[in-house]
Amino acid sequence: MYGKGLKPLSIATVAMIAVSLSLVFFYAPLDGDQGFIQKIFYLHVPLAMTALVGFIVGGVFAIAHLRTNNRKWDAYSYVAIHISVIFGVAVLITGAIWAKASWGHWWVWDEPTLVSFLIVFLMYATYYPFRYAIEDRDRQARYASVFAITAGAFVPLNFMAVRMAQSLVHPRVFATSNGGLPGEMMLTFLCCLAAMALLWVTLVKFELTAKSASGQVKRLRRALDAPAPGGSSRIAPEVS
Amino acid sequence: MLLPLGAPALPLDEAGKYVAGAYVVFVVLLVVYVAIMAAKLQRIERELREVAAIAEERKGETEEVPA
Repeated sequence: MYGKGLKPLSIATVAMIAVSLSLVFFYAPLDGDQGFIQKIFYLHVPLAMTALVGFIVGGVFAIAHLRTNNRKWDAYSYVAIHISVIFGVAVLITGAIWAKASWGHWWVWDEPTLVSFLIVFLMYATYYPFRYAIEDRDRQARYASVFAITAGAFVPLNFMAVRMAQSLVHPRVFATSNGGLPGEMMLTFLCCLAAMALLWVTLVKFELTAKSASGQVKRLRRALDAPAPGGSSRIAPEVS
Repeated sequence: MLLPLGAPALPLDEAGKYVAGAYVVFVVLLVVYVAIMAAKLQRIERELREVAAIAEERKGETEEVPA
């Protein structure tokens, strides 16, 4: 069920990533200030935006879980957060590389954008031990949903706080003062953002498909291990 | 657009290393994720094979029992 449409989605993602990379290296002009190093921006920022939105989406799925008590939404929430954490790792590493090239340091502790993203990332890193510390499956799902909602609400608050801090160090790419992004750069950036969003959706779907398959196998195994009443099998006839 | 103050553009040969590094990190993370998922899918396939074998064994047992 979860695997439906995975193939065209994967093809669209690969195509979009190829188009985006072509635009980054052959279409987008070199930045007048940073030069070639600014090309990291087209990878780093879309990854960060997708990860942060993914955390919020995880919170929205968690709300659906608490409202309906349907375990499907808990799985969605878990997978959305899981993929966003992976994106978060990429954001931190690519950000550190960009910082080293631009500022000469791998990390700058007095820069609110960097530190706030690290706080969000570390907060979500605690999601796994928190979740698996609870043995009871229902309680685990319920508490994980509460965590996902609280943390998901923290993400936009954190983002707004950073915007209000008005640092002069970290780039403000969508600021209206000083012109904002030129047209070619904006088009390239939007393509990269679409590519990362598609990649996120594809990976979430991929992970859900694998989890669903694993769950079905476990169900089959449980059904087989249970003593069959009257010697009859509870397994449906195989359709090949 | 505000850019880092006091950050002059690096020469292409030096900047290229950093840009390549960032993109390579992204690709490596993606490949590692796909490899982990491939290992998971292999495990699911193995388990499915085991379950199918058990099911066939059970089917054989029920057929042996005279009606």
